[in-house]
Amino acid sequence: MKELLIIAIGSAMVNNVVLSQFLGLCPFIGVSKKVDTAAGMGGAVCFVITIASLCTGLIYKFILTPLHFEYLQTIVFILVIAALVQFIEMFLKKMIPSLYRALGVYLPLITTNCAVLGVALTNVQKEYDILQGVVNGLATAIGFLIAIVIMAGIREKTEYNDIPKAFEGSAIVLVTAGLMAIAFFGFSGLI
Amino acid sequence: MGKYTERLYNGIIKENPTFVLVLGMCPTLAVTTSAINGVGMGLSTTAVLVMSNMLISMLRKIIPDSVRMPAFIVVVASFVTIVQFLLQGFVPSLYDSLGLYIPLIVVNCIILGRAESYASKNPVGLSIFDGIGMGLGFTLALTLIGMVREIIGAGQIFGFQILGDWYTPITIFVLAPGALFVLGFMTAIQNAIANKKGKPRKDTFGECGAGCASCGNASCKGRFLTTEATTEKKEEN
Repeated sequence: MKELLIIAIGSAMVNNVVLSQFLGLCPFIGVSKKVDTAAGMGGAVCFVITIASLCTGLIYKFILTPLHFEYLQTIVFILVIAALVQFIEMFLKKMIPSLYRALGVYLPLITTNCAVLGVALTNVQKEYDILQGVVNGLATAIGFLIAIVIMAGIREKTEYNDIPKAFEGSAIVLVTAGLMAIAFFGFSGLI
Repeated sequence: MGKYTERLYNGIIKENPTFVLVLGMCPTLAVTTSAINGVGMGLSTTAVLVMSNMLISMLRKIIPDSVRMPAFIVVVASFVTIVQFLLQGFVPSLYDSLGLYIPLIVVNCIILGRAESYASKNPVGLSIFDGIGMGLGFTLALTLIGMVREIIGAGQIFGFQILGDWYTPITIFVLAPGALFVLGFMTAIQNAIANKKGKPRKDTFGECGAGCASCGNASCKGRFLTTEATTEKKEEN
Protein backbone atom coordinates (compact mmCIF):
# COMPACT_ATOMS: atom_id res chain seq x y z
CA MET A 1 0.00 0.00 0.00
CA LYS A 2 2.76 2.40 1.01
CA GLU A 3 4.62 1.50 -2.15
CA LEU A 4 1.56 2.28 -4.29
CA LEU A 5 1.16 5.65 -2.60
CA ILE A 6 4.79 6.49 -3.34
CA ILE A 7 4.32 5.53 -7.00
CA ALA A 8 1.16 7.63 -7.17
CA ILE A 9 2.66 10.78 -5.64
CA GLY A 10 5.84 10.33 -7.63
CA SER A 11 4.03 10.13 -10.97
CA ALA A 12 1.39 12.76 -10.31
CA MET A 13 3.47 15.45 -8.66
CA VAL A 14 7.22 14.95 -8.55
CA ASN A 15 7.74 13.63 -12.07
CA ASN A 16 4.77 15.43 -13.56
CA VAL A 17 4.17 14.02 -17.00
CA VAL A 18 3.97 17.38 -18.79
CA LEU A 19 6.17 19.65 -16.76
CA SER A 20 9.12 17.38 -16.13
CA GLN A 21 8.87 14.65 -18.76
CA PHE A 22 7.39 16.72 -21.61
CA LEU A 23 4.96 14.03 -22.68
CA GLY A 24 1.60 15.14 -23.99
CA LEU A 25 2.85 18.65 -24.56
CA CYS A 26 0.77 19.27 -27.70
CA PRO A 27 -2.64 18.90 -26.03
CA PHE A 28 -1.24 20.76 -23.02
CA ILE A 29 -0.64 23.82 -25.21
CA GLY A 30 -3.41 23.19 -27.74
CA VAL A 31 -6.41 22.51 -25.50
CA SER A 32 -5.64 24.79 -22.55
CA LYS A 33 -7.45 27.94 -23.60
CA LYS A 34 -10.49 27.41 -21.36
CA VAL A 35 -10.77 25.68 -17.99
CA ASP A 36 -13.75 23.47 -18.88
CA THR A 37 -12.33 22.13 -22.15
CA ALA A 38 -9.02 21.57 -20.35
CA ALA A 39 -10.82 19.61 -17.63
CA GLY A 40 -12.65 17.56 -20.30
CA MET A 41 -9.39 16.73 -22.02
CA GLY A 42 -7.79 15.85 -18.68
CA GLY A 43 -10.72 13.58 -17.82
CA ALA A 44 -10.54 11.78 -21.13
CA VAL A 45 -6.78 11.31 -20.71
CA CYS A 46 -7.32 9.80 -17.22
CA PHE A 47 -9.85 7.39 -18.64
CA VAL A 48 -7.72 6.27 -21.58
CA ILE A 49 -4.38 6.04 -19.78
CA THR A 50 -5.80 3.98 -16.91
CA ILE A 51 -7.45 1.46 -19.25
CA ALA A 52 -4.46 1.45 -21.59
CA SER A 53 -2.00 0.71 -18.78
CA LEU A 54 -4.20 -2.18 -17.64
CA CYS A 55 -4.44 -3.64 -21.16
CA THR A 56 -0.79 -3.21 -22.08
CA GLY A 57 0.20 -4.63 -18.68
CA LEU A 58 -1.92 -7.73 -19.24
CA ILE A 59 -0.67 -8.18 -22.79
CA TYR A 60 2.96 -7.79 -21.75
CA LYS A 61 2.65 -10.25 -18.90
CA PHE A 62 0.49 -12.94 -20.46
CA ILE A 63 1.30 -12.77 -24.17
CA LEU A 64 4.66 -11.12 -24.84
CA THR A 65 6.65 -12.49 -21.89
CA PRO A 66 5.68 -16.19 -22.25
CA LEU A 67 6.40 -16.04 -25.99
CA HIS A 68 9.69 -14.10 -25.48
CA PHE A 69 8.46 -11.35 -27.79
CA GLU A 70 9.38 -8.55 -25.38
CA TYR A 71 11.27 -6.72 -28.10
CA LEU A 72 8.03 -6.19 -30.01
CA GLN A 73 6.62 -4.09 -27.17
CA THR A 74 6.74 -0.74 -28.98
CA ILE A 75 4.86 -2.05 -32.02
CA VAL A 76 2.33 -4.02 -30.00
CA PHE A 77 1.63 -1.23 -27.51
CA ILE A 78 1.03 1.46 -30.09
CA LEU A 79 -1.39 -0.75 -32.03
CA VAL A 80 -3.19 -1.84 -28.87
CA ILE A 81 -3.57 1.76 -27.76
CA ALA A 82 -4.88 2.88 -31.16
CA ALA A 83 -7.41 0.04 -31.26
CA LEU A 84 -8.35 0.55 -27.63
CA VAL A 85 -9.23 4.21 -28.06
CA GLN A 86 -11.47 3.35 -31.01
CA PHE A 87 -13.09 0.65 -28.93
CA ILE A 88 -13.62 2.91 -25.91
CA GLU A 89 -15.21 5.49 -28.15
CA MET A 90 -17.68 2.99 -29.64
CA PHE A 91 -18.41 1.49 -26.24
CA LEU A 92 -19.13 4.84 -24.60
CA LYS A 93 -21.28 5.98 -27.50
CA LYS A 94 -23.45 2.89 -27.17
CA MET A 95 -23.49 2.23 -23.42
CA ILE A 96 -22.89 5.49 -21.54
CA PRO A 97 -24.01 8.31 -23.83
CA SER A 98 -23.79 10.93 -21.08
CA LEU A 99 -20.10 10.23 -20.50
CA TYR A 100 -19.58 10.11 -24.26
CA ARG A 101 -21.06 13.58 -24.61
CA ALA A 102 -18.67 14.88 -21.97
CA LEU A 103 -15.47 13.20 -23.20
CA GLY A 104 -16.30 12.08 -26.76
CA VAL A 105 -14.75 14.94 -28.69
CA TYR A 106 -11.44 14.54 -26.88
CA LEU A 107 -11.07 10.80 -27.37
CA PRO A 108 -9.84 10.75 -30.99
CA LEU A 109 -7.26 13.38 -30.01
CA ILE A 110 -5.63 11.02 -27.55
CA THR A 111 -4.99 7.93 -29.68
CA THR A 112 -1.28 8.36 -29.91
CA ASN A 113 -0.76 11.13 -27.44
CA CYS A 114 2.77 10.29 -26.42
CA ALA A 115 1.82 10.23 -22.73
CA VAL A 116 -0.24 7.06 -23.23
CA LEU A 117 2.57 5.14 -24.92
CA GLY A 118 5.02 6.72 -22.49
CA VAL A 119 3.19 5.34 -19.46
CA ALA A 120 2.88 1.87 -21.00
CA LEU A 121 6.64 1.79 -21.69
CA THR A 122 7.56 3.21 -18.28
CA ASN A 123 5.52 0.46 -16.60
CA VAL A 124 7.58 -2.14 -18.43
CA GLN A 125 10.91 -0.37 -17.85
CA LYS A 126 10.34 -0.01 -14.12
CA GLU A 127 9.06 -3.60 -13.92
CA TYR A 128 5.78 -2.66 -12.27
CA ASP A 129 3.23 -5.43 -11.80
CA ILE A 130 -0.28 -4.94 -13.16
CA LEU A 131 -1.72 -3.14 -10.12
CA GLN A 132 1.31 -0.85 -9.79
CA GLY A 133 1.09 -0.17 -13.52
CA VAL A 134 -2.55 0.87 -13.30
CA VAL A 135 -1.86 3.08 -10.28
CA ASN A 136 1.09 4.64 -12.11
CA GLY A 137 -1.13 5.24 -15.16
CA LEU A 138 -3.93 6.84 -13.20
CA ALA A 139 -1.53 9.00 -11.19
CA THR A 140 0.30 10.16 -14.32
CA ALA A 141 -3.02 11.11 -15.88
CA ILE A 142 -4.07 12.99 -12.75
CA GLY A 143 -0.79 14.87 -12.96
CA PHE A 144 -1.69 15.80 -16.54
CA LEU A 145 -5.18 16.88 -15.42
CA ILE A 146 -3.75 19.09 -12.65
CA ALA A 147 -1.19 20.69 -14.96
CA ILE A 148 -3.59 21.39 -17.84
CA VAL A 149 -6.32 22.83 -15.57
CA ILE A 150 -3.87 25.16 -13.79
CA MET A 151 -2.48 26.21 -17.17
CA ALA A 152 -5.97 26.92 -18.52
CA GLY A 153 -6.76 29.00 -15.44
CA ILE A 154 -3.61 31.08 -15.93
CA ARG A 155 -4.27 31.49 -19.66
CA GLU A 156 -7.79 32.75 -19.01
CA LYS A 157 -6.18 35.52 -16.94
CA THR A 158 -3.27 36.33 -19.25
CA GLU A 159 -5.76 36.75 -22.09
CA TYR A 160 -6.50 40.22 -20.70
CA ASN A 161 -2.93 41.11 -19.81
CA ASP A 162 -0.74 43.46 -21.75
CA ILE A 163 2.09 41.23 -22.89
CA PRO A 164 4.87 42.13 -25.37
CA LYS A 165 3.73 41.55 -28.93
CA ALA A 166 6.45 39.04 -29.69
CA PHE A 167 5.38 36.87 -26.77
CA GLU A 168 1.75 36.57 -27.81
CA GLY A 169 0.53 33.07 -28.52
CA SER A 170 2.57 30.02 -27.65
CA ALA A 171 5.69 31.92 -26.47
CA ILE A 172 4.05 33.23 -23.29
CA VAL A 173 2.43 29.83 -22.72
CA LEU A 174 5.85 28.16 -22.83
CA VAL A 175 7.36 30.66 -20.41
CA THR A 176 4.37 30.20 -18.08
CA ALA A 177 4.82 26.44 -18.28
CA GLY A 178 8.48 26.93 -17.37
CA LEU A 179 7.49 28.85 -14.23
CA MET A 180 4.98 26.12 -13.37
CA ALA A 181 7.71 23.54 -13.81
CA ILE A 182 9.85 25.42 -11.28
CA ALA A 183 6.90 25.46 -8.88
CA PHE A 184 6.49 21.70 -9.30
CA PHE A 185 10.12 21.25 -8.24
CA GLY A 186 8.80 22.04 -4.79
CA PHE A 187 7.19 18.62 -4.67
CA SER A 188 10.49 16.81 -5.12
CA GLY A 189 11.02 16.74 -1.36
CA LEU A 190 7.88 14.64 -0.93
CA ILE A 191 9.38 11.27 -1.73
CA MET B 1 18.13 23.95 -57.95
CA GLY B 2 17.63 20.25 -58.61
CA LYS B 3 14.62 18.40 -57.32
CA TYR B 4 16.69 16.55 -54.75
CA THR B 5 18.61 19.49 -53.35
CA GLU B 6 15.33 21.39 -53.23
CA ARG B 7 13.99 18.67 -50.88
CA LEU B 8 17.01 19.09 -48.60
CA TYR B 9 16.66 22.88 -48.55
CA ASN B 10 12.94 22.55 -47.90
CA GLY B 11 13.47 20.29 -44.89
CA ILE B 12 16.38 22.13 -43.33
CA ILE B 13 15.34 25.76 -43.85
CA LYS B 14 12.04 26.44 -45.51
CA GLU B 15 9.84 23.99 -43.65
CA ASN B 16 12.10 23.26 -40.70
CA PRO B 17 10.04 20.80 -38.64
CA THR B 18 10.86 22.41 -35.30
CA PHE B 19 10.96 26.12 -36.01
CA VAL B 20 8.53 26.46 -38.92
CA LEU B 21 6.10 23.55 -38.71
CA VAL B 22 6.43 23.27 -34.90
CA LEU B 23 6.14 19.49 -34.81
CA GLY B 24 7.58 16.85 -32.51
CA MET B 25 8.01 19.14 -29.54
CA CYS B 26 8.13 16.43 -26.85
CA PRO B 27 11.58 15.07 -27.77
CA THR B 28 12.73 18.58 -28.66
CA LEU B 29 12.26 19.72 -25.10
CA ALA B 30 13.02 16.51 -23.26
CA VAL B 31 16.37 15.44 -24.67
CA THR B 32 18.07 18.75 -25.38
CA THR B 33 19.83 18.94 -22.02
CA SER B 34 23.10 18.97 -23.94
CA ALA B 35 24.16 19.45 -27.53
CA ILE B 36 25.36 15.87 -27.87
CA ASN B 37 22.00 14.46 -26.77
CA GLY B 38 20.33 16.73 -29.32
CA VAL B 39 22.57 15.39 -32.09
CA GLY B 40 21.94 11.79 -31.00
CA MET B 41 18.18 12.17 -30.89
CA GLY B 42 18.15 14.09 -34.17
CA LEU B 43 20.19 11.47 -35.99
CA SER B 44 18.13 8.57 -34.58
CA THR B 45 14.96 10.30 -35.75
CA THR B 46 16.58 10.99 -39.13
CA ALA B 47 17.43 7.31 -39.54
CA VAL B 48 13.86 6.26 -38.77
CA LEU B 49 12.45 8.99 -40.98
CA VAL B 50 14.59 8.10 -44.01
CA MET B 51 13.89 4.38 -43.75
CA SER B 52 10.17 4.75 -43.11
CA ASN B 53 9.82 7.30 -45.93
CA MET B 54 11.61 4.88 -48.24
CA LEU B 55 9.50 1.85 -47.35
CA ILE B 56 6.20 3.72 -47.31
CA SER B 57 7.00 5.27 -50.67
CA MET B 58 7.76 1.82 -52.07
CA LEU B 59 4.53 0.43 -50.69
CA ARG B 60 2.41 3.45 -51.54
CA LYS B 61 0.52 1.69 -54.33
CA ILE B 62 -0.01 -1.50 -52.32
CA ILE B 63 -1.31 -0.15 -49.01
CA PRO B 64 -5.09 0.34 -49.23
CA ASP B 65 -6.17 3.86 -48.36
CA SER B 66 -8.49 2.83 -45.54
CA VAL B 67 -5.81 1.09 -43.46
CA ARG B 68 -2.89 3.36 -44.30
CA MET B 69 -2.55 4.85 -40.80
CA PRO B 70 -2.15 1.53 -38.96
CA ALA B 71 0.16 0.36 -41.75
CA PHE B 72 2.34 3.48 -41.41
CA ILE B 73 2.45 3.06 -37.64
CA VAL B 74 3.63 -0.55 -37.98
CA VAL B 75 6.35 0.46 -40.45
CA VAL B 76 7.56 3.31 -38.23
CA ALA B 77 7.41 1.22 -35.05
CA SER B 78 9.48 -1.54 -36.68
CA PHE B 79 12.22 0.87 -37.68
CA VAL B 80 12.17 2.49 -34.26
CA THR B 81 12.69 -0.94 -32.68
CA ILE B 82 15.65 -1.57 -35.01
CA VAL B 83 17.22 1.81 -34.20
CA GLN B 84 16.67 1.18 -30.50
CA PHE B 85 18.59 -2.10 -30.70
CA LEU B 86 21.39 -0.52 -32.73
CA LEU B 87 21.79 2.26 -30.18
CA GLN B 88 21.67 -0.17 -27.28
CA GLY B 89 24.31 -2.32 -28.95
CA PHE B 90 26.73 0.26 -30.28
CA VAL B 91 26.24 3.53 -28.34
CA PRO B 92 25.02 2.40 -24.91
CA SER B 93 25.85 5.75 -23.28
CA LEU B 94 23.53 7.60 -25.66
CA TYR B 95 20.93 4.87 -25.23
CA ASP B 96 20.96 5.44 -21.48
CA SER B 97 20.70 9.20 -21.67
CA LEU B 98 17.87 9.20 -24.24
CA GLY B 99 16.05 6.36 -22.47
CA LEU B 100 12.29 6.38 -22.87
CA TYR B 101 12.40 8.91 -25.69
CA ILE B 102 13.83 6.42 -28.20
CA PRO B 103 10.71 4.20 -28.38
CA LEU B 104 8.65 7.39 -28.29
CA ILE B 105 10.05 8.33 -31.72
CA VAL B 106 7.07 6.27 -32.93
CA VAL B 107 4.63 8.98 -31.92
CA ASN B 108 6.78 11.81 -33.21
CA CYS B 109 4.45 13.87 -35.41
CA ILE B 110 7.19 14.60 -37.95
CA ILE B 111 7.55 10.99 -39.03
CA LEU B 112 3.89 10.16 -39.50
CA GLY B 113 3.30 13.61 -40.91
CA ARG B 114 5.92 13.12 -43.64
CA ALA B 115 4.66 9.59 -44.33
CA GLU B 116 1.13 10.83 -44.73
CA SER B 117 1.79 14.03 -46.61
CA TYR B 118 4.86 13.23 -48.70
CA ALA B 119 6.12 9.66 -48.87
CA SER B 120 2.71 8.15 -49.58
CA LYS B 121 2.34 10.32 -52.66
CA ASN B 122 5.83 10.67 -54.12
CA PRO B 123 8.49 8.45 -55.73
CA VAL B 124 11.11 6.64 -53.66
CA GLY B 125 14.15 8.81 -54.46
CA LEU B 126 12.45 12.08 -53.61
CA SER B 127 10.94 10.59 -50.45
CA ILE B 128 14.35 9.51 -49.22
CA PHE B 129 15.73 13.01 -49.77
CA ASP B 130 12.68 14.49 -48.10
CA GLY B 131 13.42 12.27 -45.10
CA ILE B 132 17.08 13.34 -45.05
CA GLY B 133 16.15 17.02 -45.32
CA MET B 134 13.50 16.94 -42.62
CA GLY B 135 15.69 14.78 -40.39
CA LEU B 136 18.67 17.14 -40.72
CA GLY B 137 16.41 20.12 -40.08
CA PHE B 138 15.23 18.44 -36.88
CA THR B 139 18.79 17.51 -35.89
CA LEU B 140 19.97 21.06 -36.48
CA ALA B 141 17.16 22.51 -34.37
CA LEU B 142 17.77 20.05 -31.52
CA THR B 143 21.51 20.71 -31.58
CA LEU B 144 20.92 24.46 -31.51
CA ILE B 145 18.54 24.26 -28.54
CA GLY B 146 20.89 21.81 -26.82
CA MET B 147 23.84 24.17 -27.32
CA VAL B 148 21.97 27.14 -25.90
CA ARG B 149 20.87 25.16 -22.87
CA GLU B 150 24.29 23.63 -22.34
CA ILE B 151 26.19 26.89 -22.52
CA ILE B 152 23.84 28.73 -20.16
CA GLY B 153 23.26 25.78 -17.85
CA ALA B 154 26.77 24.34 -17.67
CA GLY B 155 29.10 26.74 -19.51
CA GLN B 156 30.00 23.97 -21.95
CA ILE B 157 29.37 23.00 -25.56
CA PHE B 158 29.56 19.32 -26.53
CA GLY B 159 31.11 18.72 -23.11
CA PHE B 160 34.01 21.17 -23.62
CA GLN B 161 34.31 23.97 -21.10
CA ILE B 162 33.78 27.20 -23.01
CA LEU B 163 33.11 29.75 -20.34
CA GLY B 164 35.77 30.20 -17.67
CA ASP B 165 35.61 30.06 -13.90
CA TRP B 166 34.03 33.50 -13.68
CA TYR B 167 30.80 32.07 -15.00
CA THR B 168 28.38 30.55 -12.50
CA PRO B 169 26.22 28.10 -14.48
CA ILE B 170 22.48 28.65 -14.22
CA THR B 171 21.72 25.00 -13.58
CA ILE B 172 18.00 25.40 -14.10
CA PHE B 173 18.58 25.63 -17.85
CA VAL B 174 19.65 22.00 -18.08
CA LEU B 175 16.64 21.01 -15.98
CA ALA B 176 13.07 20.76 -17.21
CA PRO B 177 11.99 24.42 -16.83
CA GLY B 178 14.98 25.61 -18.85
CA ALA B 179 13.71 23.78 -21.92
CA LEU B 180 10.41 25.60 -21.75
CA PHE B 181 12.11 28.98 -21.22
CA VAL B 182 14.55 28.53 -24.10
CA LEU B 183 11.83 27.41 -26.50
CA GLY B 184 9.52 30.21 -25.33
CA PHE B 185 12.18 32.83 -25.96
CA MET B 186 13.17 31.32 -29.32
CA THR B 187 9.52 31.47 -30.41
CA ALA B 188 9.34 35.07 -29.24
CA ILE B 189 12.50 35.98 -31.18
CA GLN B 190 11.07 34.43 -34.33
CA ASN B 191 7.82 36.33 -33.76
CA ALA B 192 9.71 39.58 -33.29
CA ILE B 193 11.68 39.09 -36.52
CA ALA B 194 8.53 38.19 -38.44
CA ASN B 195 6.67 41.18 -37.01
CA LYS B 196 9.49 43.49 -38.04
CA LYS B 197 9.34 42.15 -41.57
CA GLY B 198 5.63 42.89 -41.53
CA LYS B 199 4.71 39.25 -42.02
CA PRO B 200 3.33 38.02 -38.68
CA ARG B 201 4.07 34.39 -38.05
CA LYS B 202 1.17 32.00 -37.88
CA ASP B 203 1.17 30.34 -34.50
CA THR B 204 0.73 26.66 -35.17
CA PHE B 205 2.03 25.18 -31.96
CA GLY B 206 -0.37 22.62 -30.53
CA GLU B 207 -2.89 23.45 -33.20
CA CYS B 208 -4.06 19.90 -33.73
CA GLY B 209 -4.16 19.34 -30.01
CA ALA B 210 -2.63 15.88 -30.09
CA GLY B 211 -0.41 13.46 -31.95
CA CYS B 212 -0.74 13.60 -35.70
CA ALA B 213 -1.26 9.88 -35.96
CA SER B 214 -4.54 10.23 -34.22
CA CYS B 215 -6.10 12.78 -36.49
CA GLY B 216 -5.10 11.25 -39.82
CA ASN B 217 -6.85 14.12 -41.52
CA ALA B 218 -8.22 17.22 -39.78
CA SER B 219 -6.09 20.25 -39.18
CA CYS B 220 -2.49 19.11 -39.34
CA LYS B 221 -3.03 17.22 -42.57
CA GLY B 222 -4.44 20.40 -44.03
CA ARG B 223 -1.34 22.19 -42.86
CA PHE B 224 0.88 19.75 -44.68
CA LEU B 225 -1.24 19.52 -47.77
CA THR B 226 -1.13 23.22 -48.40
CA THR B 227 2.60 22.93 -48.96
CA GLU B 228 4.12 22.34 -52.32
CA ALA B 229 4.21 18.57 -51.85
CA THR B 230 0.73 18.28 -53.27
CA THR B 231 1.19 20.73 -56.10
CA GLU B 232 4.22 18.77 -57.20
CA LYS B 233 2.16 15.63 -57.19
CA LYS B 234 -0.49 17.24 -59.36
CA GLU B 235 2.09 18.33 -61.89
CA GLU B 236 3.44 14.83 -62.13
CA ASN B 237 0.05 13.43 -62.94
